[in-house]
Amino acid sequence: MTGPVQLKTPLGDEVLALKAGDRVELSGIVYTARDEAHFRMQKDGIPFDPKGAAIYHCGPVIHNGKVVAAGPTTSARMNELEGFLLDRGVRALIGKGGMGKTVKEQLRDRAVYLAFTGGCAALASSHMTLKGVYYEDLGMPEAVWVIGLDRLPLVVGMDAHGGDIFEAARVHAEKAFREHAVQECR
Amino acid sequence: MKRTADDSIHAALADATFRAYREAVIGLPPDVLSVIRKAAEAETNPAARGEYANILKNIEVAADLGVPLCQDTGIPVVYLTIPPEVPFSDRLYDAVAEGVRRATHEVPLRPNVVDPLTRHNTNDNTGAGIPAIHVRPGKEFTVTVLPKGAGAENSSRIAMLLPGHAYGIEGFVVETMLQAQGKPCPPVFLGIGIGGTFDLAASMAKEALLLPVDTMTGYEQKICDSVNKLGIGPMGLGGDITALAVKVKTAACHTASLPVAVNVQCWANRHATVVVKR
Repeated sequence: MTGPVQLKTPLGDEVLALKAGDRVELSGIVYTARDEAHFRMQKDGIPFDPKGAAIYHCGPVIHNGKVVAAGPTTSARMNELEGFLLDRGVRALIGKGGMGKTVKEQLRDRAVYLAFTGGCAALASSHMTLKGVYYEDLGMPEAVWVIGLDRLPLVVGMDAHGGDIFEAARVHAEKAFREHAVQECR
Repeated sequence: MKRTADDSIHAALADATFRAYREAVIGLPPDVLSVIRKAAEAETNPAARGEYANILKNIEVAADLGVPLCQDTGIPVVYLTIPPEVPFSDRLYDAVAEGVRRATHEVPLRPNVVDPLTRHNTNDNTGAGIPAIHVRPGKEFTVTVLPKGAGAENSSRIAMLLPGHAYGIEGFVVETMLQAQGKPCPPVFLGIGIGGTFDLAASMAKEALLLPVDTMTGYEQKICDSVNKLGIGPMGLGGDITALAVKVKTAACHTASLPVAVNVQCWANRHATVVVKR
Protein backbone atom coordinates (compact mmCIF):
# COMPACT_ATOMS: atom_id res chain seq x y z
CA MET A 1 0.00 0.00 0.00
CA THR A 2 1.34 3.45 -0.87
CA GLY A 3 1.54 6.13 1.80
CA PRO A 4 -0.47 9.33 1.89
CA VAL A 5 -0.14 11.77 -1.04
CA GLN A 6 2.14 14.71 -0.10
CA LEU A 7 0.71 18.15 -0.86
CA LYS A 8 2.29 21.57 -0.37
CA THR A 9 0.82 25.06 -0.71
CA PRO A 10 0.46 26.97 -2.95
CA LEU A 11 -1.61 24.20 -4.49
CA GLY A 12 -2.12 23.76 -8.23
CA ASP A 13 -3.54 21.23 -10.65
CA GLU A 14 -2.19 18.32 -8.57
CA VAL A 15 -5.40 18.54 -6.51
CA LEU A 16 -7.41 17.52 -9.58
CA ALA A 17 -5.84 14.03 -9.45
CA LEU A 18 -7.12 13.37 -5.92
CA LYS A 19 -10.08 11.04 -5.33
CA ALA A 20 -12.56 11.07 -2.45
CA GLY A 21 -11.23 8.70 0.21
CA ASP A 22 -7.51 9.29 -0.59
CA ARG A 23 -5.28 9.97 2.41
CA VAL A 24 -3.07 13.05 2.05
CA GLU A 25 -0.58 15.03 4.15
CA LEU A 26 -0.60 18.79 3.72
CA SER A 27 2.37 21.09 4.32
CA GLY A 28 2.79 24.82 3.74
CA ILE A 29 0.35 27.52 4.85
CA VAL A 30 -3.34 27.44 5.80
CA TYR A 31 -5.62 30.37 6.61
CA THR A 32 -8.28 29.73 9.25
CA ALA A 33 -11.73 31.12 8.46
CA ARG A 34 -15.12 30.58 10.06
CA ASP A 35 -18.44 32.35 9.50
CA GLU A 36 -17.40 35.85 10.59
CA ALA A 37 -14.11 35.83 8.65
CA HIS A 38 -15.98 34.83 5.48
CA PHE A 39 -18.42 37.74 5.95
CA ARG A 40 -15.53 40.17 6.51
CA MET A 41 -13.63 38.94 3.44
CA GLN A 42 -16.76 39.23 1.29
CA LYS A 43 -17.14 42.82 2.43
CA ASP A 44 -13.53 44.06 2.57
CA GLY A 45 -11.64 41.73 0.22
CA ILE A 46 -9.32 38.81 0.89
CA PRO A 47 -6.29 39.92 2.99
CA PHE A 48 -3.96 37.20 1.61
CA ASP A 49 -3.13 35.85 -1.85
CA PRO A 50 -5.96 33.36 -2.53
CA LYS A 51 -4.24 31.73 -5.54
CA GLY A 52 -3.48 28.13 -4.62
CA ALA A 53 -4.41 28.79 -0.98
CA ALA A 54 -5.92 26.38 1.53
CA ILE A 55 -8.69 27.57 3.86
CA TYR A 56 -9.09 25.80 7.22
CA HIS A 57 -12.49 25.87 8.95
CA CYS A 58 -11.05 26.26 12.41
CA GLY A 59 -11.19 28.55 15.42
CA PRO A 60 -7.97 27.71 17.25
CA VAL A 61 -6.80 28.31 20.80
CA ILE A 62 -3.77 30.62 20.46
CA HIS A 63 -1.63 31.41 23.51
CA ASN A 64 1.65 33.33 23.76
CA GLY A 65 2.16 33.27 19.98
CA LYS A 66 1.64 29.50 19.74
CA VAL A 67 -1.11 27.30 18.31
CA VAL A 68 -2.28 25.36 21.38
CA ALA A 69 -5.32 23.54 19.93
CA ALA A 70 -6.63 23.72 16.38
CA GLY A 71 -9.04 21.02 15.26
CA PRO A 72 -11.63 21.58 12.54
CA THR A 73 -15.06 23.15 12.99
CA THR A 74 -18.28 22.07 11.22
CA SER A 75 -17.81 23.04 7.58
CA ALA A 76 -21.51 22.91 6.70
CA ARG A 77 -22.02 26.33 8.34
CA MET A 78 -19.98 27.79 5.48
CA ASN A 79 -21.95 25.94 2.76
CA GLU A 80 -23.09 29.10 1.02
CA LEU A 81 -20.00 31.22 1.75
CA GLU A 82 -17.16 29.68 -0.29
CA GLY A 83 -17.94 30.74 -3.88
CA PHE A 84 -15.91 33.98 -3.91
CA LEU A 85 -12.83 32.25 -2.44
CA LEU A 86 -12.90 29.40 -4.97
CA ASP A 87 -13.47 31.92 -7.78
CA ARG A 88 -10.30 33.72 -6.68
CA GLY A 89 -8.15 30.58 -6.84
CA VAL A 90 -8.47 28.81 -3.47
CA ARG A 91 -7.66 25.14 -4.12
CA ALA A 92 -8.54 23.41 -0.85
CA LEU A 93 -11.13 23.78 1.88
CA ILE A 94 -10.35 21.89 5.10
CA GLY A 95 -12.81 21.07 7.86
CA LYS A 96 -15.05 18.40 9.26
CA GLY A 97 -18.40 16.87 8.40
CA GLY A 98 -18.37 17.61 4.66
CA MET A 99 -20.17 20.33 2.69
CA GLY A 100 -23.33 20.77 0.62
CA LYS A 101 -24.32 20.63 -3.03
CA THR A 102 -23.36 24.26 -3.74
CA VAL A 103 -19.76 23.64 -2.72
CA LYS A 104 -19.63 20.29 -4.54
CA GLU A 105 -20.40 22.12 -7.80
CA GLN A 106 -18.03 24.99 -6.98
CA LEU A 107 -15.17 22.51 -6.41
CA ARG A 108 -15.65 20.93 -9.83
CA ASP A 109 -12.42 20.88 -11.91
CA ARG A 110 -10.62 23.27 -9.58
CA ALA A 111 -10.48 22.37 -5.88
CA VAL A 112 -11.00 19.75 -3.16
CA TYR A 113 -12.49 19.45 0.31
CA LEU A 114 -10.16 17.80 2.84
CA ALA A 115 -11.45 16.36 6.12
CA PHE A 116 -9.60 16.32 9.42
CA THR A 117 -10.82 14.32 12.42
CA GLY A 118 -13.10 16.48 14.55
CA GLY A 119 -11.93 17.05 18.10
CA CYS A 120 -8.31 16.17 17.34
CA ALA A 121 -7.02 19.63 18.18
CA ALA A 122 -3.95 18.59 20.15
CA LEU A 123 -2.83 16.27 17.33
CA ALA A 124 -3.38 19.08 14.79
CA SER A 125 -1.41 21.65 16.76
CA SER A 126 1.55 19.26 17.00
CA HIS A 127 1.86 19.76 13.19
CA MET A 128 1.52 23.59 13.30
CA THR A 129 3.47 26.85 13.68
CA LEU A 130 1.79 30.26 13.98
CA LYS A 131 2.81 32.69 11.22
CA GLY A 132 0.43 35.64 11.57
CA VAL A 133 -3.13 36.90 11.94
CA TYR A 134 -5.76 39.06 10.22
CA TYR A 135 -9.00 40.42 11.71
CA GLU A 136 -8.00 39.84 15.34
CA ASP A 137 -10.85 42.19 16.30
CA LEU A 138 -13.29 39.37 15.42
CA GLY A 139 -12.09 37.49 18.51
CA MET A 140 -9.88 34.43 18.76
CA PRO A 141 -12.22 31.84 17.19
CA GLU A 142 -13.35 34.00 14.26
CA ALA A 143 -10.05 35.70 13.30
CA VAL A 144 -8.02 34.58 10.26
CA TRP A 145 -4.88 32.87 11.65
CA VAL A 146 -2.00 32.19 9.27
CA ILE A 147 -0.61 28.78 10.21
CA GLY A 148 2.40 26.85 8.93
CA LEU A 149 1.70 23.13 8.48
CA ASP A 150 4.05 20.17 8.57
CA ARG A 151 2.37 17.08 7.10
CA LEU A 152 -1.12 17.36 8.60
CA PRO A 153 -2.89 13.99 7.96
CA LEU A 154 -6.18 14.51 6.07
CA VAL A 155 -8.70 12.55 4.02
CA VAL A 156 -10.07 13.77 0.68
CA GLY A 157 -13.75 14.18 1.59
CA MET A 158 -14.91 15.71 -1.71
CA ASP A 159 -12.85 15.63 -4.89
CA ALA A 160 -12.88 17.91 -7.94
CA HIS A 161 -15.04 15.49 -9.94
CA GLY A 162 -18.14 15.11 -7.74
CA GLY A 163 -16.79 12.31 -5.51
CA ASP A 164 -18.05 12.70 -1.92
CA ILE A 165 -17.50 10.10 0.82
CA PHE A 166 -19.90 11.89 3.16
CA GLU A 167 -22.68 11.56 0.61
CA ALA A 168 -22.21 7.80 0.39
CA ALA A 169 -22.61 7.55 4.19
CA ARG A 170 -25.63 9.90 4.06
CA VAL A 171 -27.40 7.84 1.40
CA HIS A 172 -26.80 4.69 3.45
CA ALA A 173 -28.18 6.35 6.60
CA GLU A 174 -31.32 7.55 4.84
CA LYS A 175 -31.99 4.11 3.43
CA ALA A 176 -31.41 2.48 6.83
CA PHE A 177 -33.74 4.98 8.48
CA ARG A 178 -36.54 4.24 6.02
CA GLU A 179 -36.09 0.51 6.50
CA HIS A 180 -35.48 0.28 10.23
CA ALA A 181 -36.88 3.34 11.99
CA VAL A 182 -39.36 2.06 14.48
CA GLN A 183 -41.86 4.85 14.16
CA GLU A 184 -40.96 8.21 12.70
CA CYS A 185 -42.08 11.23 14.65
CA ARG A 186 -44.22 13.65 12.79
CA MET B 1 -9.73 43.15 56.53
CA LYS B 2 -10.93 40.05 58.34
CA ARG B 3 -11.21 36.98 56.18
CA THR B 4 -14.72 35.57 56.63
CA ALA B 5 -15.94 31.99 56.20
CA ASP B 6 -17.70 33.21 53.04
CA ASP B 7 -14.39 34.42 51.60
CA SER B 8 -12.79 31.04 52.16
CA ILE B 9 -15.71 29.25 50.48
CA HIS B 10 -15.46 31.66 47.55
CA ALA B 11 -11.73 31.05 47.09
CA ALA B 12 -12.05 27.28 47.45
CA LEU B 13 -14.94 27.04 44.96
CA ALA B 14 -13.20 29.28 42.40
CA ASP B 15 -10.08 27.11 42.67
CA ALA B 16 -12.03 23.85 42.42
CA THR B 17 -13.90 25.15 39.35
CA PHE B 18 -10.60 26.08 37.72
CA ARG B 19 -9.16 22.62 38.41
CA ALA B 20 -12.27 20.78 37.23
CA TYR B 21 -12.31 22.81 33.99
CA ARG B 22 -8.64 22.09 33.31
CA GLU B 23 -9.04 18.38 34.03
CA ALA B 24 -12.17 18.17 31.87
CA VAL B 25 -10.68 19.73 28.72
CA ILE B 26 -7.36 17.83 28.79
CA GLY B 27 -8.33 14.24 29.63
CA LEU B 28 -11.42 12.06 29.33
CA PRO B 29 -13.07 10.12 32.18
CA PRO B 30 -12.02 6.39 32.34
CA ASP B 31 -15.47 5.06 31.34
CA VAL B 32 -15.50 7.32 28.26
CA LEU B 33 -11.97 6.23 27.29
CA SER B 34 -12.76 2.53 27.62
CA VAL B 35 -15.86 2.85 25.41
CA ILE B 36 -13.86 4.68 22.71
CA ARG B 37 -11.04 2.08 22.81
CA LYS B 38 -13.54 -0.77 22.46
CA ALA B 39 -15.18 0.91 19.47
CA ALA B 40 -11.77 1.50 17.85
CA GLU B 41 -11.07 -2.23 18.09
CA ALA B 42 -14.52 -3.30 16.88
CA GLU B 43 -14.81 -0.94 13.88
CA THR B 44 -14.40 -2.69 10.50
CA ASN B 45 -14.62 0.25 8.04
CA PRO B 46 -11.04 1.23 6.95
CA ALA B 47 -11.71 5.01 6.73
CA ALA B 48 -13.37 4.85 10.15
CA ARG B 49 -10.39 2.97 11.61
CA GLY B 50 -8.14 5.82 10.40
CA GLU B 51 -10.34 8.31 12.27
CA TYR B 52 -10.08 6.25 15.49
CA ALA B 53 -6.29 6.18 15.08
CA ASN B 54 -6.31 10.01 15.01
CA ILE B 55 -8.69 10.16 17.99
CA LEU B 56 -6.53 7.83 20.11
CA LYS B 57 -3.32 9.64 19.08
CA ASN B 58 -4.97 12.97 19.92
CA ILE B 59 -5.94 11.78 23.41
CA GLU B 60 -2.29 10.78 23.95
CA VAL B 61 -0.85 14.10 22.65
CA ALA B 62 -3.26 16.17 24.78
CA ALA B 63 -2.30 14.25 27.93
CA ASP B 64 1.45 14.41 27.16
CA LEU B 65 1.46 18.14 26.44
CA GLY B 66 -1.23 19.07 28.97
CA VAL B 67 -3.23 20.90 26.30
CA PRO B 68 -6.96 20.76 25.49
CA LEU B 69 -8.14 17.74 23.47
CA CYS B 70 -10.28 19.98 21.29
CA GLN B 71 -10.00 23.66 20.39
CA ASP B 72 -13.70 24.01 21.13
CA THR B 73 -13.24 24.08 24.87
CA GLY B 74 -16.99 24.52 25.12
CA ILE B 75 -19.44 26.68 26.95
CA PRO B 76 -19.26 26.18 30.72
CA VAL B 77 -22.03 24.01 32.18
CA VAL B 78 -21.50 23.56 35.89
CA TYR B 79 -23.18 21.33 38.50
CA LEU B 80 -22.75 22.08 42.20
CA THR B 81 -23.70 19.89 45.12
CA ILE B 82 -24.09 21.93 48.27
CA PRO B 83 -24.02 20.39 51.77
CA PRO B 84 -26.27 21.91 54.46
CA GLU B 85 -23.48 23.90 56.14
CA VAL B 86 -22.58 25.89 53.00
CA PRO B 87 -24.69 29.06 52.68
CA PHE B 88 -26.44 29.35 49.33
CA SER B 89 -26.06 32.81 47.83
CA ASP B 90 -24.93 34.81 44.79
CA ARG B 91 -21.38 34.39 46.00
CA LEU B 92 -21.33 30.76 44.86
CA TYR B 93 -22.20 31.90 41.35
CA ASP B 94 -19.49 34.58 41.48
CA ALA B 95 -16.92 32.04 42.60
CA VAL B 96 -17.72 29.65 39.74
CA ALA B 97 -17.46 32.54 37.25
CA GLU B 98 -14.09 33.49 38.72
CA GLY B 99 -12.86 29.91 38.28
CA VAL B 100 -14.03 29.96 34.65
CA ARG B 101 -12.22 33.25 33.96
CA ARG B 102 -9.05 31.87 35.51
CA ALA B 103 -9.30 28.66 33.46
CA THR B 104 -9.80 30.73 30.29
CA HIS B 105 -6.58 32.58 30.95
CA GLU B 106 -4.42 29.81 32.39
CA VAL B 107 -5.37 26.49 30.74
CA PRO B 108 -5.94 28.31 28.30
CA LEU B 109 -9.46 27.95 26.92
CA ARG B 110 -10.82 29.45 23.72
CA PRO B 111 -13.07 32.40 24.57
CA ASN B 112 -16.39 31.10 23.19
CA VAL B 113 -19.01 33.14 24.98
CA VAL B 114 -20.67 35.97 23.02
CA ASP B 115 -23.78 38.14 23.18
CA PRO B 116 -26.49 36.20 21.29
CA LEU B 117 -27.47 39.14 19.07
CA THR B 118 -24.45 41.45 18.71
CA ARG B 119 -22.08 38.40 18.78
CA HIS B 120 -19.68 40.48 20.89
CA ASN B 121 -17.19 38.14 22.59
CA THR B 122 -16.72 38.72 26.33
CA ASN B 123 -13.27 37.06 26.01
CA ASP B 124 -13.53 35.32 29.39
CA ASN B 125 -16.15 32.60 28.82
CA THR B 126 -18.66 34.27 31.13
CA GLY B 127 -21.68 36.38 30.22
CA ALA B 128 -25.35 36.92 31.09
CA GLY B 129 -26.56 33.58 32.49
CA ILE B 130 -23.25 31.85 31.70
CA PRO B 131 -21.70 29.78 33.23
CA ALA B 132 -24.94 27.79 33.35
CA ILE B 133 -25.00 26.65 36.99
CA HIS B 134 -27.20 23.84 38.31
CA VAL B 135 -27.37 23.49 42.08
CA ARG B 136 -28.62 20.62 44.19
CA PRO B 137 -28.28 19.56 47.80
CA GLY B 138 -25.71 16.89 48.62
CA LYS B 139 -23.54 15.42 51.36
CA GLU B 140 -20.30 16.67 49.84
CA PHE B 141 -19.41 20.10 48.41
CA THR B 142 -18.48 19.33 44.77
CA VAL B 143 -18.21 21.12 41.46
CA THR B 144 -18.63 19.32 38.14
CA VAL B 145 -17.63 21.06 34.93
CA LEU B 146 -19.11 19.84 31.64
CA PRO B 147 -17.61 21.96 28.85
CA LYS B 148 -20.12 21.65 26.00
CA GLY B 149 -18.85 22.04 22.43
CA ALA B 150 -21.12 23.65 19.87
CA GLY B 151 -20.88 21.14 17.01
CA ALA B 152 -22.71 18.50 19.01
CA GLU B 153 -24.91 20.91 20.97
CA ASN B 154 -26.24 22.36 17.69
CA SER B 155 -27.50 18.93 16.61
CA SER B 156 -29.59 18.49 19.78
CA ARG B 157 -33.40 18.42 19.55
CA ILE B 158 -36.54 18.43 21.67
CA ALA B 159 -40.04 17.16 20.85
CA MET B 160 -43.36 17.34 22.65
CA LEU B 161 -44.76 13.93 21.67
CA LEU B 162 -48.35 12.87 22.08
CA PRO B 163 -48.69 11.25 25.52
CA GLY B 164 -49.55 7.84 24.07
CA HIS B 165 -46.66 7.84 21.61
CA ALA B 166 -43.80 6.49 23.76
CA TYR B 167 -43.06 4.16 20.85
CA GLY B 168 -42.04 7.28 18.89
CA ILE B 169 -39.14 8.12 21.23
CA GLU B 170 -36.70 5.74 19.56
CA GLY B 171 -37.58 7.03 16.09
CA PHE B 172 -37.08 10.63 17.25
CA VAL B 173 -33.63 9.82 18.64
CA VAL B 174 -32.59 7.98 15.47
CA GLU B 175 -33.97 10.80 13.31
CA THR B 176 -31.91 13.29 15.35
CA MET B 177 -28.72 11.51 14.29
CA LEU B 178 -29.99 11.05 10.73
CA GLN B 179 -30.26 14.84 10.49
CA ALA B 180 -26.98 15.43 12.31
CA GLN B 181 -24.83 13.09 10.17
CA GLY B 182 -21.14 14.00 10.67
CA LYS B 183 -21.75 17.48 12.12
CA PRO B 184 -21.63 16.61 15.86
CA CYS B 185 -18.27 14.73 15.53
CA PRO B 186 -19.52 11.17 15.85
CA PRO B 187 -19.09 8.62 17.32
CA VAL B 188 -21.44 10.34 19.75
CA PHE B 189 -22.89 9.87 23.19
CA LEU B 190 -26.61 10.63 23.34
CA GLY B 191 -28.16 12.01 26.52
CA ILE B 192 -31.93 11.52 26.48
CA GLY B 193 -34.40 13.26 28.80
CA ILE B 194 -37.87 11.73 28.85
CA GLY B 195 -40.79 13.35 30.70
CA GLY B 196 -40.78 16.34 33.01
CA THR B 197 -41.52 19.62 31.27
CA PHE B 198 -40.17 21.30 28.12
CA ASP B 199 -37.19 22.71 30.01
CA LEU B 200 -36.68 19.80 32.43
CA ALA B 201 -36.45 17.29 29.57
CA ALA B 202 -33.59 19.28 28.01
CA SER B 203 -31.86 19.64 31.36
CA MET B 204 -32.12 15.88 32.05
CA ALA B 205 -30.79 15.09 28.57
CA LYS B 206 -27.63 17.05 29.37
CA GLU B 207 -27.26 15.56 32.86
CA ALA B 208 -27.62 12.07 31.40
CA LEU B 209 -24.20 12.64 29.77
CA LEU B 210 -22.67 12.55 33.26
CA LEU B 211 -23.94 8.99 33.92
CA PRO B 212 -21.45 6.10 33.50
CA VAL B 213 -21.32 5.32 29.77
CA ASP B 214 -19.76 1.85 30.03
CA THR B 215 -23.08 0.29 31.01
CA MET B 216 -26.50 0.61 29.39
CA THR B 217 -29.97 -0.61 30.34
CA GLY B 218 -31.81 -2.81 27.87
CA TYR B 219 -33.84 0.21 26.73
CA GLU B 220 -30.72 2.35 26.22
CA GLN B 221 -28.98 -0.47 24.33
CA LYS B 222 -31.99 -0.92 22.04
CA ILE B 223 -31.99 2.79 21.08
CA CYS B 224 -28.19 2.70 20.64
CA ASP B 225 -28.42 -0.32 18.30
CA SER B 226 -31.08 1.45 16.22
CA VAL B 227 -28.89 4.56 15.87
CA ASN B 228 -25.96 2.38 14.80
CA LYS B 229 -27.99 0.91 11.92
CA LEU B 230 -27.57 4.36 10.28
CA GLY B 231 -23.90 3.59 9.56
CA ILE B 232 -22.88 7.27 9.77
CA GLY B 233 -19.60 6.32 11.48
CA PRO B 234 -16.85 8.57 12.83
CA MET B 235 -17.08 12.09 11.39
CA GLY B 236 -19.79 10.97 8.97
CA LEU B 237 -17.32 9.04 6.80
CA GLY B 238 -19.29 5.80 7.26
CA GLY B 239 -18.77 3.05 9.83
CA ASP B 240 -20.29 0.46 12.14
CA ILE B 241 -20.52 2.68 15.21
CA THR B 242 -22.31 6.03 15.21
CA ALA B 243 -23.37 6.12 18.89
CA LEU B 244 -20.97 4.89 21.58
CA ALA B 245 -23.67 4.95 24.26
CA VAL B 246 -27.19 6.19 24.94
CA LYS B 247 -28.06 7.34 28.45
CA VAL B 248 -31.61 8.05 29.58
CA LYS B 249 -32.98 10.09 32.48
CA THR B 250 -36.68 10.29 33.18
CA ALA B 251 -39.00 12.44 35.28
CA ALA B 252 -42.73 12.45 35.95
CA CYS B 253 -44.73 14.52 33.51
CA HIS B 254 -48.19 15.96 32.90
CA THR B 255 -50.76 13.35 31.87
CA ALA B 256 -51.25 15.27 28.61
CA SER B 257 -47.51 15.59 27.79
CA LEU B 258 -44.52 13.51 26.69
CA PRO B 259 -41.47 15.75 26.33
CA VAL B 260 -38.37 14.09 24.82
CA ALA B 261 -35.01 15.80 24.50
CA VAL B 262 -31.83 14.51 22.86
CA ASN B 263 -28.57 16.17 23.85
CA VAL B 264 -25.89 15.15 21.37
CA GLN B 265 -22.32 14.86 22.67
CA CYS B 266 -19.24 14.29 20.50
CA TRP B 267 -16.82 11.42 21.26
CA ALA B 268 -14.98 13.75 23.66
CA ASN B 269 -17.55 13.43 26.45
CA ARG B 270 -15.66 15.79 28.72
CA HIS B 271 -16.54 16.30 32.34
CA ALA B 272 -14.70 16.39 35.65
CA THR B 273 -15.76 16.61 39.28
CA VAL B 274 -13.63 18.15 42.01
CA VAL B 275 -14.37 18.18 45.74
CA VAL B 276 -14.32 21.73 47.11
CA LYS B 277 -11.84 21.72 50.00
CA ARG B 278 -12.58 24.34 52.62
